[in-house]
Amino acid sequence: MSKKIRAAIIGPGNIGTDLLMKAMRSDVIEPVWMVGVDPESPGLARARDMGIKTTCEGVDGLVPHMREDNIQICFDATSAYVHADNSRKVNAQGAVMIDLTPAAIGPFCVPPVNLKNAVAERAMNVNMVTCGGQATIPMVAAVSRVQAVSYGEIVATVSSRSVGPGTRKNIDEFTRTTAKGVELIGGAQQGKAIIIINPAEPPLIMRDTIHCLTVDEPDQDAITRSVHEMVAEVQKYVPGYTLKNGPTFDGKRVSIYMEVAGLGDFLPRYAGNLDIMTAAGLRTAEMYAEEILAGRFVPAAA
Amino acid sequence: MNLQGRKIQVHDMSLRDGMHPKQHQITVEQMVEIAVAMDEAGIPLIEVTHGDGLGGASVNYGFPAASDQEYLTAVCKAVKKTRVSALLLPGIGTVDHLKMAVDCGISTIRVATHCTEADVSEQHISMASQISGLDTVGFLMMAHMIPAEELVVQLKLMESYGANCVYITDSAGYMLPDDVTSRVALARKELKPETELGFHGHHNLGMGIANSLAAVEAGATRIDGSLAGLGAGAGNTPLEVFLAVCDRMGVETGVDLFKAMDVAEDLIVPLMDHMVRVDRDSLTLGWAGVYSSFLLFAKRSAAKYGLSARDILVELGRRRTVGGQEDMIEDLAMDMARARDSA
Repeated sequence: MSKKIRAAIIGPGNIGTDLLMKAMRSDVIEPVWMVGVDPESPGLARARDMGIKTTCEGVDGLVPHMREDNIQICFDATSAYVHADNSRKVNAQGAVMIDLTPAAIGPFCVPPVNLKNAVAERAMNVNMVTCGGQATIPMVAAVSRVQAVSYGEIVATVSSRSVGPGTRKNIDEFTRTTAKGVELIGGAQQGKAIIIINPAEPPLIMRDTIHCLTVDEPDQDAITRSVHEMVAEVQKYVPGYTLKNGPTFDGKRVSIYMEVAGLGDFLPRYAGNLDIMTAAGLRTAEMYAEEILAGRFVPAAA
Repeated sequence: MNLQGRKIQVHDMSLRDGMHPKQHQITVEQMVEIAVAMDEAGIPLIEVTHGDGLGGASVNYGFPAASDQEYLTAVCKAVKKTRVSALLLPGIGTVDHLKMAVDCGISTIRVATHCTEADVSEQHISMASQISGLDTVGFLMMAHMIPAEELVVQLKLMESYGANCVYITDSAGYMLPDDVTSRVALARKELKPETELGFHGHHNLGMGIANSLAAVEAGATRIDGSLAGLGAGAGNTPLEVFLAVCDRMGVETGVDLFKAMDVAEDLIVPLMDHMVRVDRDSLTLGWAGVYSSFLLFAKRSAAKYGLSARDILVELGRRRTVGGQEDMIEDLAMDMARARDSA
């Protein structure tokens, strides 16, 4: 059996549990701990049933075990409010923090676009932007790597059931953070993000529309090729990432219509918005793990 | 129906909902001219924003002739007695836009969500309600899609966040008077007595006036309309018509009816790119329960892909699309064209 890097997941909710199920299948990540704050948490019980160590004392309950269990990667699937504290504590134990909350204290990471850079920079905290960002920024980047994009706009439509209370209480954080990601990682000079929540039953599968305005006339063949290549890259970790229509061209406007179905691990298939976050988080961890296993990176407390 | 002696406040939508049929191209000068004329007619409250609310400027909804800040600054300065409102849809605009609009001099902010999703407005309504003197309104769109009992739960959420007025919004112009009565009456019974109730209609089934009267009878005190009906779909409740009916029924609005008629006829109608009226496609919106601002998008996609706008709109209704999903219209049209070509 090949060696794996040991990891802890903080937050035993829907995201944390889905992430755990994906991580159990990983060739290079071994999930060891699940961290919660409620002894009655069904997520902790599920993790125990899967043979995972658990604590209900939060990150403070994990920290004393991190060195002996050689935990080198942690995932935070809690909330932006507690993330900075969590990150500081696990970094102090020499573990890399993969941030699935909207806290965004570390650099943004969208795996097929800039994961290599993030790992190369040896960042001890990386942020996964937002679900809408993970689903759309690869497409903005697919256009901007062909030619300059003056404006990138994304519309994410998600099922009401897949939007949790944290996102609902601070929906502005979604639009702001995603727009910033469209600029910084997508490569658009100006970014805009829109989120629409649809309560239809049965729930609709996540849809994402990406509009880019190019500076010069779009090179239709090159952009189309680039988009298809990027879709294939994302499909490596989200098989249900599907180009429904486009790219279509109207003057300098390039429009791309995506559907994102999840794997249906713990989260239902329609919640592709949540699945792409857990899948991207795991993909990021695996890349770090490969660097650690190859001896190119030794995560250490700052 | 006896409404004698009722006092209501009318709220004109021409410079916000009316941006939809104008593809957001009303100029600052046109807005100022119309706002001043409405002020002189005694219209107490007018809405001025991109059709899709603050921050609506986008590829998806259309880029406007000027920014929300430019429109609001100019109109707020130009009017004397009339007060100005702005619309905000969380998910499109943010609290930063809200603060900007307050700085421009608005008196009223209206925070709009789909009828089942009121909890995304907590951030915006609670912040607005803490701004001294800001009239804070919660606005539940596509209210035909859920029954009265469920709608009241959502209205109460907005009330709990700090809205002093909540709206039942017939975005698709689908409701019949009984639908309005049942919703407004139950809301009146369940909400705090001091919380105002409003109704926003669309005229897609020709029910704008009847529905607004039903709302007043059931306890609404704010009624939206637009002069000459300039609004999405077949337009909003035509305000000068509603004012004339109110006058006949003894409902007090404080508006000078003849001056309002003149603004409609002399300023708004000449502004229209097409007659805003019940036609085959806008009627389909009302019949199928589709968000009114989808109209021109469906017409454009129909023309581009050689399809019928009515077919597109019926399918959008069947899929239970909600406000803001304009991006799904061209997407659907491409699917329909492909299905036709491979048949």
